[in-house]
Amino acid sequence: MNWELIFGQIKWTSFVFAGMIENPSLSEAIASGAGSIAVLGALGTVVLLTVKGWWVPLWRDWLTSVDHKKVGIMYIVLALVMFARAVIEAALMRAQQLAATDGGGFLSADHFGQLFSTHGTIMIFFVAMPFITGLMNYVMPLQIGARDVSFPLLNAISLMLTMAGAVLIMVSLVVGQFSTGGWSAYPPFTGIEFSPGEGVDYWIWAVSLGSIGSTLTGLNFAVTIYKKRCPGMSLFRMPLFTWTTLCTSILMIFAMAPLTAATIMLALDRYAGFHFFTNGDGGNMMNYANLFWLFGHPEVYILILPAFGVWSEVVATYSSKRIYGYTSLVYATMCIAVLSFAVWLHHFFTMGQSANVNAIFGIATMIIGVPTGVKVYDWLLTMVGGRIRLTTAMLFHINFLLTFILGGMTGVLLANPGIDFQVHNTLFLVAHFHNMIIPGVLFGMFAAVQFWFPKAFGFRLHEGLGRASFWCFAPGFLLAFFPLYWLGMMGATRRTFTWSNPDYLPWFALAMLGAALILAGFAFMVMQIVVSVRRRAELAAPLGDPWDGRALEWSIPSPPPAWNFAVLPQVTARDAFYEAKKDGTAYRSPAAYEDIEVPRNTATAPLIGLFACAWAFGLVWHIWWLVIVSFVLIWAVVIARSFATHTEEIVPAATVKAANEAFLAAVRATPGVTRDQEMTAANRGRAIPESLEASAGALAAGAAVEVTR
Amino acid sequence: MAGVTALAMPCAASAAGFLEPAGPVAAAQLSHFGTISALMLIVIVPMFVALPLVLLRYRRGGKGTYRPDWEFNWGLELLIWGIPVALVAALGTALWNHTLKNDPYRPLGPAPLVVEVIALDWKFLFLYPEQGVATLDLLVLPKDRPVTLKLTSGTVMQSFIVPRLAGQIYAMAGMQTQLNLIADATGDFTGRNTQYNGLGFATQSFTTRVVSAEDFASWVTGAKAQPAGLDAAGYKALLPPSVVNEPVIYGRFTPGLFDQIIASFAPGMAGGHQGHEAPAGTGTPAAAAPAAAHQHDAHTPEAAQ
Amino acid sequence: MSLSERLHPGINLAGTDPESHEAAEEVLFGFWIFLMSDLVLFAVLFATYAAMSVQGIAEGPRPAEVFDLTAAFLETLLLLFSSFAFGFAMLEMKYRENRRGVLGWLLVTGLLGAGFVGMELHDYYVMVTAHGATPQTSGFLSAYYLLTGTHALHVSSGLVWMAVMAVQVVVFGLSPAVKLRLMRLALFWHMLDVVWIGIFTFVYLYGVVS
Repeated sequence: MNWELIFGQIKWTSFVFAGMIENPSLSEAIASGAGSIAVLGALGTVVLLTVKGWWVPLWRDWLTSVDHKKVGIMYIVLALVMFARAVIEAALMRAQQLAATDGGGFLSADHFGQLFSTHGTIMIFFVAMPFITGLMNYVMPLQIGARDVSFPLLNAISLMLTMAGAVLIMVSLVVGQFSTGGWSAYPPFTGIEFSPGEGVDYWIWAVSLGSIGSTLTGLNFAVTIYKKRCPGMSLFRMPLFTWTTLCTSILMIFAMAPLTAATIMLALDRYAGFHFFTNGDGGNMMNYANLFWLFGHPEVYILILPAFGVWSEVVATYSSKRIYGYTSLVYATMCIAVLSFAVWLHHFFTMGQSANVNAIFGIATMIIGVPTGVKVYDWLLTMVGGRIRLTTAMLFHINFLLTFILGGMTGVLLANPGIDFQVHNTLFLVAHFHNMIIPGVLFGMFAAVQFWFPKAFGFRLHEGLGRASFWCFAPGFLLAFFPLYWLGMMGATRRTFTWSNPDYLPWFALAMLGAALILAGFAFMVMQIVVSVRRRAELAAPLGDPWDGRALEWSIPSPPPAWNFAVLPQVTARDAFYEAKKDGTAYRSPAAYEDIEVPRNTATAPLIGLFACAWAFGLVWHIWWLVIVSFVLIWAVVIARSFATHTEEIVPAATVKAANEAFLAAVRATPGVTRDQEMTAANRGRAIPESLEASAGALAAGAAVEVTR
Repeated sequence: MAGVTALAMPCAASAAGFLEPAGPVAAAQLSHFGTISALMLIVIVPMFVALPLVLLRYRRGGKGTYRPDWEFNWGLELLIWGIPVALVAALGTALWNHTLKNDPYRPLGPAPLVVEVIALDWKFLFLYPEQGVATLDLLVLPKDRPVTLKLTSGTVMQSFIVPRLAGQIYAMAGMQTQLNLIADATGDFTGRNTQYNGLGFATQSFTTRVVSAEDFASWVTGAKAQPAGLDAAGYKALLPPSVVNEPVIYGRFTPGLFDQIIASFAPGMAGGHQGHEAPAGTGTPAAAAPAAAHQHDAHTPEAAQ
Repeated sequence: MSLSERLHPGINLAGTDPESHEAAEEVLFGFWIFLMSDLVLFAVLFATYAAMSVQGIAEGPRPAEVFDLTAAFLETLLLLFSSFAFGFAMLEMKYRENRRGVLGWLLVTGLLGAGFVGMELHDYYVMVTAHGATPQTSGFLSAYYLLTGTHALHVSSGLVWMAVMAVQVVVFGLSPAVKLRLMRLALFWHMLDVVWIGIFTFVYLYGVVS
């Protein structure tokens, strides 16, 4: 019996627990523990779903759904689950580096190598990307007054491909090893000669699946924004979050292809003996560096631009004021998007090209600082003349302005080849990019959750616990990463699991303290969600507008119906809903209702995801029958789907009318609240616009807005 | 904030960093670091001053006038675009000057000491072609004499740095990169690889010993007396990954070993800067990327042709 | 927009409602964007080839030693004629609503396309057996096989798609959905021409000349 034909290269020693049995050590115990958590987590989920009888609703209402709102929520849930893993890995690495002076510590070099590789890969591809994608999915169609994205099924397929990649990385906890090549996986180290085994293959296929998913997402969102805006929603009336979504989508369309090409070439090198990046035989790893960063730099902006959009929405809403310099912000965003393709070389100033080339790319990099600086000051000026409420989301924003600008300063420092020569590959660099991504992207996403959660679920999040999480996250970040700048300047390299310089110790201790605070912040965040779910009755805001919102998404019920808008809105200005509230034209019954077509649920996307995951797993372990079968099945599903004709169903006008009139009646019957009562149980989602508060008596008494006009 | 205060703190703990430069290159890098940081304060300080004031004044219940529809002002607009543009012009000029002046490929004086550096897993091999000696994980340099390091790799890509003397540069198989530096203080400085290359990465460091010219000459004499030599077979024995605990000194090595190592990955390419006769040789080996295309030969990570 | 402006120039959805026209616009625009992202992939592969064909020769053969310009020229003709044939299929669809005509021309297109793939496979066979030029020989050949192979894979998947569309024409007739799919397949097919022209010029002609 040829077992290899069936199981490929999997042997019993491939399982993480085998290492613990054969070679017991703390490092192996931690690896086994992580594997156990993955297995037990999966088992626990299965048991829970079975006991509660949730399999059917999970499949019927979620996995097979193509509704952009549900797809968005699934993306964000995926991001949070993966975040839990990657942040724990970060804390482990911090603890190791603290304990590691002169050969101490509890992790083996190999285990540490896998940790920094999975941490980076997961945080970029399976936390940050799904988080922003989920958010764009949920919010963007609502902001442009659309019923869904242009290609709802494609959207679900993107999600399932991303999920397949994430599952593959989780599987690597249990079966086999992960790469030690870092998230950028530079060859020739990641070539077959220096990294035999399955680790790099896990990286290649997980990242490739995510990359294809993101390409399709970018395409889908760009088309949605160009073609599906509601009447009157000209480009320059779009909310800024939608603008940043558009820019990010365009970046995704262009930037993901070089990554896909690079991973495919690396795979061909490893599987078929090609010579793209090998030492000798005409291979050249410099080509990889170029391809990877041709993706990698725009990727940074793919992540940060949606967060910029979030900040624009948050600061305007919680200042109860128009955004300052809308046009300026739009042009700045576009400048950033275009320039992001012109700076990739600054990731390898040290590769030996001429000083002129380095200088040109260094200056190009600095130029990006101009539109970014403009945006930062636009946000500051938005607050001028406002009435600022220091909500959790706003606290995150203020923290962002202060820390992001410092990260910008170190970014400009790194843009100088001469300085980069010293701090490249050190913890200074690590501190810099965490400084941009944590307060910028991650906290931006956290702020977005605080901001849009009531829209998605119909109740607010507990404000006190939100603040508690902020007051752990913000100082935690400072403590965890600012010492790293200093360590980097002292010469501490990145990806290093042991030290001989005792001077590093106090700084690592500070960083560890910061990591602990960040973990505490995450714990508060989880607690906040749990507590809020329990107290959802008192936190309920079903009327849709808890924050005195400005864009269209706040004009509909929370959670919105499957069809989003009973009648497609007609827009005449920026901040459409805010203007309507001010003019007293909000919450009007439409003259007539029509039937609405919504896409039916389909098993297409989850099946494609399942087979894609099996395909990738087969490739990692050289299980060729699985590779062939799952590849054929993927395309069989696609072709079978193309023969399906009843892909849409009709929601009758009467149903839409009943739902919408009930919502409008509830709104009219509910007294609006002023911002003073924003965080009280009185806030059911009917807001008195801040600018009308003086004349709010009648509103507070419960009269309908349009009547008071 | 911490970063700013950190800059002002005493440098007691910086023994291994460029914060205590021991040569003009590192010193220029440090002073450039200071210049750029200071210039950047122009956009950073206003934010730290203005944001608390704005929050105080325009908080709900604060004294500021509520102007919900205010959204634009040409004067402010010119300011927030103009200041960054002017600043980037200044920063860019500083960058351009520093980068060209401190190009690691630019020789720092006549008659430099040439040392050929071969990055291995997880150690560095140094060849002194002029002196005819070689060392493993020990770089001995004379004070005040320009040094030209030529680097290549016998394995994966690595990044070579002696932070107190100069910045880093990659060493790649089949290619040659260059680093010029001068040490103006004697002492032992740590150098290391900063690019992850496997299990021994964390401990891949070596001592750079800067000595006076006389001491260097006597060190060479002593080194030549060492019985061990390094030939192609000896080099091959160094290839398997290992960590070197004690530096090794070779009294002699096979001439041309450095070029042979490059040629073993890129056959057409022996002879370092001399180029080669390959018909397709356009002298632009870095054409893999438009950006990596170099202006003149001296900047070539001399790729396999 | 008036109805006539909404009409997509390459398609005839007459007899259907205005919403179908608008939906068509969206679907086709989306496909153009997809083609653009696919072209970015090819651009990256071209750039890689440009670098590797110069510096990735190693000890392997140079371009001029392994390329057969006659074969490449014949392949070009096959592919261009297949596009021409597809054009006729689209005309049959647009002006005559003629199922048989569409199917016939699709068959011609498919045969020419299959001929192209077959000839290319034969090229590979000759290169490997006569010159020992496998993808494992050198960086240049790795890049060559990846670039032309990706194109060949695109053509092959286009053929599978064409077969599926032939079945759909039979099953569903020339319904708006089928027409839209045929339109997208046509765009895809023509894009592969454009890419091939690039390959023929840049890889074969330039490779043989230099």
